[in-house]
Amino acid sequence: MTADAHAQHEEHHSSTGLDNRKLGMWAFLGSETMFFGSLILVMLINKHNTLGGPGQEVLDLVLTSFTTFVLLTSSLAMVLSLAAFRNGSLLWGRIWLGMVMLMGLIFLGGQVYEFTEFVTHKDLTPSTNLFGASFYTLVGFHGAHVAIGVLWLGTALVYSFRGRFQPGMDMWGIELVGLYWHFVDLVWVAIFTLIYLI
Amino acid sequence: MATVTATAPDTRTFAGTAWSWITTVDHKRIAVLYLVTSLAFFMLGGLEALLMRLQLATPESDLVSAERFTELFTMHGTTMVFLALMPLSAAFFNLLVPLMIGARDVAFPRLNALSYWIYLFGGIFMNISFVAGGAPNAGWFGYAPLTDTAFEATHAIDFWAFGLQILGVSSILASINFIVTIINMRAPGMTLNRMPMFVWMSMITAFLIIFAFPAITIGLVLLIFDRYIETNFFIPEGGGDPVLWQHLFWVFGHPEVYILILPAMGIVSEILPTYSRKPLFGYAVVAYSGAAIALVGFGVWTHHMFTVGLGPIADTAFAISTMAIAVPTGVKIFNWIATLYGGSISFKSPMLFAVGMVSMFIIGGLSGVMLGSPPIDSQVQDTYFVVAHLHYVLFGGTVFGLFGGIYHWFPKFTGRFMHDGWGKVHWLLMMIGFNLTFLPQHMLGIDGMPRRVHTYAAEMGFDLWNMMSTVGSLMIGLSFLIFIINALRSIRHGEPSGGDPWDGGTLEWTIPSPPPVYNFAEIPIVDGRYPAWDIKRGGGHTGAVATAPEADAEADEPDIHMPNPSYWPIVMAAGMVLAACGLIFHQAFILLGAVLFGISLLGWIEEPSA
Repeated sequence: MTADAHAQHEEHHSSTGLDNRKLGMWAFLGSETMFFGSLILVMLINKHNTLGGPGQEVLDLVLTSFTTFVLLTSSLAMVLSLAAFRNGSLLWGRIWLGMVMLMGLIFLGGQVYEFTEFVTHKDLTPSTNLFGASFYTLVGFHGAHVAIGVLWLGTALVYSFRGRFQPGMDMWGIELVGLYWHFVDLVWVAIFTLIYLI
Repeated sequence: MATVTATAPDTRTFAGTAWSWITTVDHKRIAVLYLVTSLAFFMLGGLEALLMRLQLATPESDLVSAERFTELFTMHGTTMVFLALMPLSAAFFNLLVPLMIGARDVAFPRLNALSYWIYLFGGIFMNISFVAGGAPNAGWFGYAPLTDTAFEATHAIDFWAFGLQILGVSSILASINFIVTIINMRAPGMTLNRMPMFVWMSMITAFLIIFAFPAITIGLVLLIFDRYIETNFFIPEGGGDPVLWQHLFWVFGHPEVYILILPAMGIVSEILPTYSRKPLFGYAVVAYSGAAIALVGFGVWTHHMFTVGLGPIADTAFAISTMAIAVPTGVKIFNWIATLYGGSISFKSPMLFAVGMVSMFIIGGLSGVMLGSPPIDSQVQDTYFVVAHLHYVLFGGTVFGLFGGIYHWFPKFTGRFMHDGWGKVHWLLMMIGFNLTFLPQHMLGIDGMPRRVHTYAAEMGFDLWNMMSTVGSLMIGLSFLIFIINALRSIRHGEPSGGDPWDGGTLEWTIPSPPPVYNFAEIPIVDGRYPAWDIKRGGGHTGAVATAPEADAEADEPDIHMPNPSYWPIVMAAGMVLAACGLIFHQAFILLGAVLFGISLLGWIEEPSA
């Protein structure tokens, strides 16, 4: 997409003054709220449904606290990245974008480790009991969202080398992935609190 | 930079015409695609219904086997809800929303095309099951544990589960599109409180869809896991709970019935004022009642589960919320009647359908209030009384409303009238046939005839009512044939209608029929609820369609900036559905689908969209 086409698009007025894509993103995230809401409810219903098998006690609070901290910090990096791009600093925008990706990957790594650990050493698989089934479904779907987010951040990074997000240009590409990333982060706060902490 | 001339399809050859439809991102052409496809599925679902009615015409008939009968009622329900009525409403969203709010297209034209192609392929995918080892057979509600591999080891349920997931994606994408279009792309002066009532109902429906569909998405995910990776979410032997499925399904399923009725209510709210030559009575109250119905609609779902045994507290609470929802519904009905009062009414076919919708919906609404009472529900649960009720709201309400909409806006689609006399014949036959089909089912239900059973004994006393019902259903079938012939004939030979055949009040009647590809040469400025009436009558308002600030008054038509056609939507939709095929037929399809999806995603991003 050329810079001209973008400039052209920016001239269109919208009834609310909000960019169409951003409004669409908010609507999508509204839908996602119900998606994760349903998953979290299923998890809460089945939290103690262990059939005498492994349950909540297998969760590694130390490791997950660490990865949670990393994921929450990544939201700060996301904010800093957008701010840097807006201030015209491509370099810092890219660095912070890379940092968000890195932290997302650390979080995913922690999750992969956690899943393999549970399957191989704690005898917890999706078919063991409903605690396991609900846990893998909920945390797995959240992990998939983080993974998609990392890929999306990656494409934003690539596009920053292909003439996008230059000083003075519109930043909706970064803003959209930012909205998504903060949302996925927020969902994790709910999951961590409801499933791991209490 | 795209121009109107560049997007004009090369229709000199058949291939060029076909290609122009495949790549179209024009909301009006997508509306036509939705309309034709949904009517085809409507006919398919209707044939399934007729087969069931023929089987039930006489006691102990063996026209259709018990196994086939379960497939028929499952696919009849699924087809009518997801493949016929929702997409038929979507045809109206597509045609009317941009025209009514004074926009040149929807917010995301390619996403709009994607929604359509996903819907088409998803519908075909689900119906392939009839020739690929058996159609879905656990009811449109797919109650666990009927859907468990222990009871259905073939792929019948997988077709249903993956099919609904695919259609859900289509619905959610389309709804996001329409929410953004309505909130963000209104012409100057078109405040929320000046939007045509159909646009209000479209917006509320879109919000219902994005908030209700995730519940069934999760339900289906868990079901697919139960069937594919041996989890036990709905299997009691493994600690699971079949009632959880019912909750997840009806948290979606009840808002779904409002998703089906609200667009028809919107259509009726446009038709009644037009043919009474009066503004809609109590506009704001009608709009807010729609919103209230949607909101309360999320809090009534366990009235589908009164006989599950959730206890008197839950039953009472949900009975109260169910009764409460009758209030905003009643408010709408009184406002419609008040709109008619004192108007100078002309009974053209759209008006007949609209009045038919209101009156039939009242009957369905009343039996709904009866069913909302747990003691009555316990008596008639799973009988034909429920079948009668749901058809009075969904057929008497939605189908009548949508057909009225087709007659009303057919001139806008095509530039020609449908034949009004044959339209009235269609209406009369359908009205008689519909009541003959479903009124007796109330009696059957009270007499205790269970739903979803393929036959009944002669000595039960069900014979007469069933025969009446079958005769009525054949009349409905005949009326639909008359409609199709009338529509096909009118496309070519109908009387030319001009841009404003009904003296309409909303913006779509200010432009030619069929509308030019850019809709409005100049973006209108709106200062009332019926801008077209204001222009034509001049009174009280400044009322002129003026040039919007961003539109150049000197603009030649070819300079209007329209989106380019794109083939990525159809490729992406094909990729998604191929991946679903892979989960049933051969895993190679998953790879193929994923590759197609990836390529089309890249192509989509790289393609200049505007």
